Amino acid sequence: MADEPGRNLRSLSLHVPEPKYRPGDTVSFDDMEFPAAGSVARPDIAADPATLRDYPFTLIRVLDPDGQAVGEWNPRLEPDRIRAILRAMMLTCAFDDRMFRAQRQGKTSFYMKCTGEEAIAVSQAMALDRDDMCFPSYRQQGLLIARDWPLIDMMCQIYSNAGDRLKGRQLPIMYSSKEAGFFSISGNLGTQYPQAVGWAMASAAKGDTRIAASWVGEGTTAEGDFHAACTFASVFRAPVVLNIVNNQWAISSFAGFAGGESTTFAARGLGYGIAALRVDGNDALAVYAATEWAAERARSNHGPTLIEHFTYRVEAHSTSDDPSAYRPADEGLHFPLGDPIERLKQHLIRIGEWDDASHEALQAEVTAQVRDAGKEAEKLGTLSGTAFNHGFETSFEDVFAEMPPHLREQMGQSLEERRVAGV
Amino acid sequence: MNMIQAINSAMDVCMERDDGVTVLGEDVGYFGGVFRATAGLQKKYGKNRVFDAPINECGIIGVSIGMAAYGLRPVPEIQFADYIYPGMDQLISEAARLRYRSAGDFTCPITVRSPFGGGIFGGQTHSQSPEGIFTHVSGLKTVIPSNPYDAKGLLIAAIEDPDPVLFFEPKRIYNGPFDGHYDRPVQPWSKHDSSEVPEGYYNVPLGKAAVVRAGEAVTVLCYGTMVHVALGVAQESGVDAEIIDLRTLVPLDIETIAASVEKTGRCVIVHEATRTSGFGAELSAQVQERCFHHLEAPIERVTGWDTPYPHSLEWAYFPGPVRLGQALKRVMKD
Ligand SMILES: Cc1ncc(C[n+]2csc(CCOP(=O)(O)OP(=O)(O)O)c2C)c(N)n1
Repeated sequence: MADEPGRNLRSLSLHVPEPKYRPGDTVSFDDMEFPAAGSVARPDIAADPATLRDYPFTLIRVLDPDGQAVGEWNPRLEPDRIRAILRAMMLTCAFDDRMFRAQRQGKTSFYMKCTGEEAIAVSQAMALDRDDMCFPSYRQQGLLIARDWPLIDMMCQIYSNAGDRLKGRQLPIMYSSKEAGFFSISGNLGTQYPQAVGWAMASAAKGDTRIAASWVGEGTTAEGDFHAACTFASVFRAPVVLNIVNNQWAISSFAGFAGGESTTFAARGLGYGIAALRVDGNDALAVYAATEWAAERARSNHGPTLIEHFTYRVEAHSTSDDPSAYRPADEGLHFPLGDPIERLKQHLIRIGEWDDASHEALQAEVTAQVRDAGKEAEKLGTLSGTAFNHGFETSFEDVFAEMPPHLREQMGQSLEERRVAGV
Repeated sequence: MNMIQAINSAMDVCMERDDGVTVLGEDVGYFGGVFRATAGLQKKYGKNRVFDAPINECGIIGVSIGMAAYGLRPVPEIQFADYIYPGMDQLISEAARLRYRSAGDFTCPITVRSPFGGGIFGGQTHSQSPEGIFTHVSGLKTVIPSNPYDAKGLLIAAIEDPDPVLFFEPKRIYNGPFDGHYDRPVQPWSKHDSSEVPEGYYNVPLGKAAVVRAGEAVTVLCYGTMVHVALGVAQESGVDAEIIDLRTLVPLDIETIAASVEKTGRCVIVHEATRTSGFGAELSAQVQERCFHHLEAPIERVTGWDTPYPHSLEWAYFPGPVRLGQALKRVMKD
């Protein structure tokens, strides 16, 4: 020990990170400085990662405070396309609101919102091709919505009802749709990252043209799978877009617990020689542009790109979480990058392609669409009261392609058990 | 053929027939694997289908799952079964459950090959038998061959199987069978019937055990290297043992096992893995459940000890003919 007689050494001390603010503190993000929209150059998609070393430490932004789209990263989208992005973001938000309420009404056990992060999944889905394969985490419902996947299908999954194609087996929101290019979500954080790289490697090995993309939260970058994925992506120059959604919080642990105090999350790419960008995640056009760049890069055999989306998790982690217990209730209000839907709306108005009346009408439309889908989905049952929407024996199916004898025997036992009990 | 050549031939046959079969793992490409099981495959099928992987088991299994989701049939090699643990989560939570959690939307036809078991002075990190851990996981099949003919046929069946399969290769008998006596070398496979391995395609179906020696006095359940120990002991001890090579632990051929125990009335289970919660416990439970009224003596388990594998004392760990011989004597006493 340091205080043993005869030793004159300084005691070590352990650094345990603390977020800047706890409940009750006054919040200010004034110390955060972001480069102005349009100030970051857009490199060639073939650029050697060695020439991109500054990118993980800046922030790609397209929308300026007046709602103008400026600079080289402006993706110059047609107004119709921008309206489509806005619509999918608003639909995602309306979907979240309704499903959150459904959980509070006891119709399902669990839900997770992506409030404040809508630009990420939605814009990225729009920037990728429809047949590119997505390996999402649990806050990318916007991918399915932007790909026009039926809301009712998503809701049936959330309700584990008779219409749930996953037969009531998965936690609500853990969708799977091969058809929509949406890989089955795992509850184990980060596992999808190396899987996406493997999919991309297979596509490359087969001379296909499709690429893969995957998403993790900043908290999840601490998992080994993240590093496994980066190693394989770098070594095999996999055509993959690896996204980190830095929404500042991993349940109650702030980004500092994943290494965010020491460097940016995009900078993780540097050590792997992977091109890495850091993007204003609340700026739908910047997210679109960065994704388009990364996708083109992957498609041209220039390898993977890591994108950190800098954003803020406005709502609770999930319906099981109470964020006021660990962060100031108004922290999100002070977050300086604003609301992504509001910012895109302002942009459309600014360029003369939108107005408040159209916006209200669209809001009413998406709300009605979600409500109608909700009513239809509920006709097929909800989790409450009708938990066994699927035949009891279905829980023995799909363990293997063909049911082996021991499972057949156990299925028989379970049916017999229910018969004897009269249920 | 020896077992390594048979395994190599199985991959060759599968790669020839299906261009989705892809081999990856540490050192498997240019070099052909530290045990040479993949020798020549890269040369024949190219680097897109046979390639070295970073030393990252989580990555090897994780990318294999992604490749399978794409539509390939990856055959990843884990260099030693002792190194499968960094890839455990990908195997257990992901590969094993992908079909179930997506209700068949995505499937995972991967075959994870890995040499396992001791008796080669590999110390505690090159000798383990982790099969029991995986048989506890729903959605994984576990296959263990004991001879070249089965190794090729079972591996082909595993690669063709629509679900994830763990294929554990008993490295002690890669080059030949042995009788369990540490002071005698392995016999070349050429002196063994099952070394007759056809060049082309055939398979040995998963889920079917083999009665490798018929007998009336006691049923010995074993797999992998232990099949040879059991055969040797049956001969030396003069006990009329019926020896069943399980070949597949999941799915288990309980019918063949039960029929034998009902006939002999006695059962000895032998495996190299540690005893507590080992696969022998499962076998013992199932035999007891099905054959209780036929049993004339308590079921015996002959296993490795509940210690790590000791390097210089590995023969004190290894369940060889002495340990098995004594167990046979005990069950025959009653
Ligand atoms: C392997 C694993 N460990 C822990 C958890 C429990 N868990 C679920 S979400 C979460 C926080 C994740 O934070 P982050 O990656 O930042 O994503 P966010 O929720 O902020 O979108 C934790 C710890 C888990 N699901 N899987």
